[in-house]
Amino acid sequence: MSAPESDWAAFVTDTGNGKAHMDLAVDGITCAACMYEIERGLRKLDGVENARVNLSSHRLAVDWDEQTTSPAPIVELLQHLGYKAYPFDPAQVKSRGDAVGKEILRALAVSGFAAMNIMLLSISIWSGNTTDIDPETRSFFHWISALIALPTVVYSGRIFFRSAYMAVKTGRLNMDVPITIGVLLATGLSIWQTIQEAEHAYFDSAVMLLFFLLVGRYCDHLMRRKTRSFAENLATLKAESAAKILEDGSTQNVPLSKLTAGDRVLVRAGERISVDGRISTGTSEVDQSLVTGETLLQSVQQGDLVYAGTMNTHGVLEIEVTAAVKGTLLDEVNSLLETAMEGRSKYVQVADRASQLYAPVVHAAALLTFIGWVVMGMDWQTAMVISISVLIITCPCALGLAIPAVQVVASGLFFKERVLLNAGDAIERLASVDTIVFDKTGTLTLPDATLSKKHGLSADQLELAGRLALSSSHPLSQAIARATGAQHILSDVKEIAGRGVEAVVDGRAVKLGSPAFCGVSDVQLNEMRTQRPDASFVAFQEGSEPATLLPVGQFMREKATETIQQLRDAGYNLEILSGDHTGAVKYAADMLQVADWKANLKPQDKIDRIEALKAQGRKVLMVGDGLNDAPSLAAANVSMSPVSAVHVSQAAADAIFMGDSLTPVMSALNISRKARWVMNQNLIISVIYNLLAVPFAVLGFVTPLVAALAMSGSSIIVTLNAVRLRMIAGASTQPNEKA
Amino acid sequence: MEVLIYLIPIALVLGGAGLVAFLWSLRSGQYDDMEGPKWRILDDGDLQENSAPVEAAKRKVS
Repeated sequence: MSAPESDWAAFVTDTGNGKAHMDLAVDGITCAACMYEIERGLRKLDGVENARVNLSSHRLAVDWDEQTTSPAPIVELLQHLGYKAYPFDPAQVKSRGDAVGKEILRALAVSGFAAMNIMLLSISIWSGNTTDIDPETRSFFHWISALIALPTVVYSGRIFFRSAYMAVKTGRLNMDVPITIGVLLATGLSIWQTIQEAEHAYFDSAVMLLFFLLVGRYCDHLMRRKTRSFAENLATLKAESAAKILEDGSTQNVPLSKLTAGDRVLVRAGERISVDGRISTGTSEVDQSLVTGETLLQSVQQGDLVYAGTMNTHGVLEIEVTAAVKGTLLDEVNSLLETAMEGRSKYVQVADRASQLYAPVVHAAALLTFIGWVVMGMDWQTAMVISISVLIITCPCALGLAIPAVQVVASGLFFKERVLLNAGDAIERLASVDTIVFDKTGTLTLPDATLSKKHGLSADQLELAGRLALSSSHPLSQAIARATGAQHILSDVKEIAGRGVEAVVDGRAVKLGSPAFCGVSDVQLNEMRTQRPDASFVAFQEGSEPATLLPVGQFMREKATETIQQLRDAGYNLEILSGDHTGAVKYAADMLQVADWKANLKPQDKIDRIEALKAQGRKVLMVGDGLNDAPSLAAANVSMSPVSAVHVSQAAADAIFMGDSLTPVMSALNISRKARWVMNQNLIISVIYNLLAVPFAVLGFVTPLVAALAMSGSSIIVTLNAVRLRMIAGASTQPNEKA
Repeated sequence: MEVLIYLIPIALVLGGAGLVAFLWSLRSGQYDDMEGPKWRILDDGDLQENSAPVEAAKRKVS
């Protein structure tokens, strides 16, 4: 069976003049040497005009001459060099361009430029005010400042104005509302003062405020961007393509985005089904563990529905692609997911909650200041200037930096522990968790089947079984082949479809296959099944000796028992909710000593349980990977998925952890608790700063110089405090790793 | 104080030049990879190589 011809054309963009361009995700780039190797290797290829590796995003951009070469040799060369690469769909690359990040960065640059130039003039005024500046020069400086500040406020400030407008329109109050009010009032007051040829103008405050806040905003964006870029690479490297059956009967590998309902695709034995559809020809058994959590194989035949993410174990299937059909599992999951997502958006981030308390207080303080001074007989203009200066100095500059700065530092720490964050506020939500709900299949256990270490074969027999297994494409056989590390295929192996493989070695027949194929009695099989309810069995028989049953299955992740123990010691309530059958779930729960478990759950049941826990006031972390987990991932207070999870679940989860071990769950909770501690410190620092500054402002002592010093001072303090998180978290995660 | 008439525009133009340079570098993708370039300066493997980009670079230099 030869591999289908790949349709690279779908990934190539024509750049004109017979030149073409392609972007690829490359796996295995670890250092700069890999970068040189790939670039040099590709440039030696005839026709390749340019090859450039992006070392931070692990992506490769290649340009070539279409007359001389084509994409196939490029990918082949990469494979030959030892790097797995798969091209991005150009349509997606375009929409993924980091437009938001560039907009923030441009606004940041403009406000930085303006802040520096205005400060140059402001310092001249401040020093002049104490010596001998004449009013004309000061007025002239103020006008130049206004000339720089006005376009800057419009250009750089619109990011906040837009968000504040959206918030007010929907009747909410976020941090951008007081920021917008502060910046606009500071600018308006300064223009008024400039026209009056007064002594003080706050242009520098307004623009510096924008600059610091944009730094915070960009930090926030950078963190999310990093996660997204890695997630995209992972998705692309999974090479989600399908063998489409063309009109002439031949097959061609096409990316999933090029498939439409009604297309027919071919799925061979041992391949993962990548589309949702109806079987048009063929019978097989499919492994649905990634979709429903059920570990027992399900037989399917013509007319049955199959889901993306399931594994075809044997037999060739021809599948007609369908869109989500009413009443199917996928449809149910989608609608549950939608409802759960709506519920989630009600969560209010700490920063927004702080500003909801804070905005009314400072606005009331400003109003009282104004009224107080007028009552005491001051003219209303001066009173107005003083009350606006209260708003300027309390504008949440430190608050705007306090949380994003901690988030950026924390996400760097998460990254080191191999956890990627999908949402910035996930850190706060992780920190408040007291109950953890695990899915079993693919989450507590590994997503791929392996051979149990307790198999009862000698080393020689094991090698023989492994070599025999190489000849079969059945996933259980492949698991045995992987586990034994066998490399040399046996000659003259006969495969009996749906039963097993056999060969003659040194005059003796050896068989590997279903228990019945090797003459194992049902009694013996049932006995083994009760001993190991978590496994499927493959029988191995040598000569006429009785066959040995090899347990193969999805076994516990590395360090699962230790991690669960640590979590229990840390005081978390643990629970297992699984879609798998009772025996398998009970076995896993007993092994991990988790008392609360439920089996045979439908997606709706999982949500109901999580809602019940939430109703008791628990804060629930859901860890799951299957399609059936996606709605409950969204319904929980916060959620994590392993990197092997299906697409929908990864999108619904707040964080994704990589690798085969379960330890990242524990480290994520640890880091988040420390991060929240630092966030709270930062909020307290901001509040103290305001408590100190407001009385001065109310009494009318705040000059632009005082405002500038206080604002930059508090911003720098909260940023430095955030950086401190790296030290306290770094110091205390080390012993955990050793344990 | 007449000197201000020259100094202020000069300050603004210099600052503005910096801003324009930054925006240009942003647009031309110089911030897309923050990791690779610091290693590239240490790579002199391209000196012996007789490939197209090197030739192009040489032509540009001369």
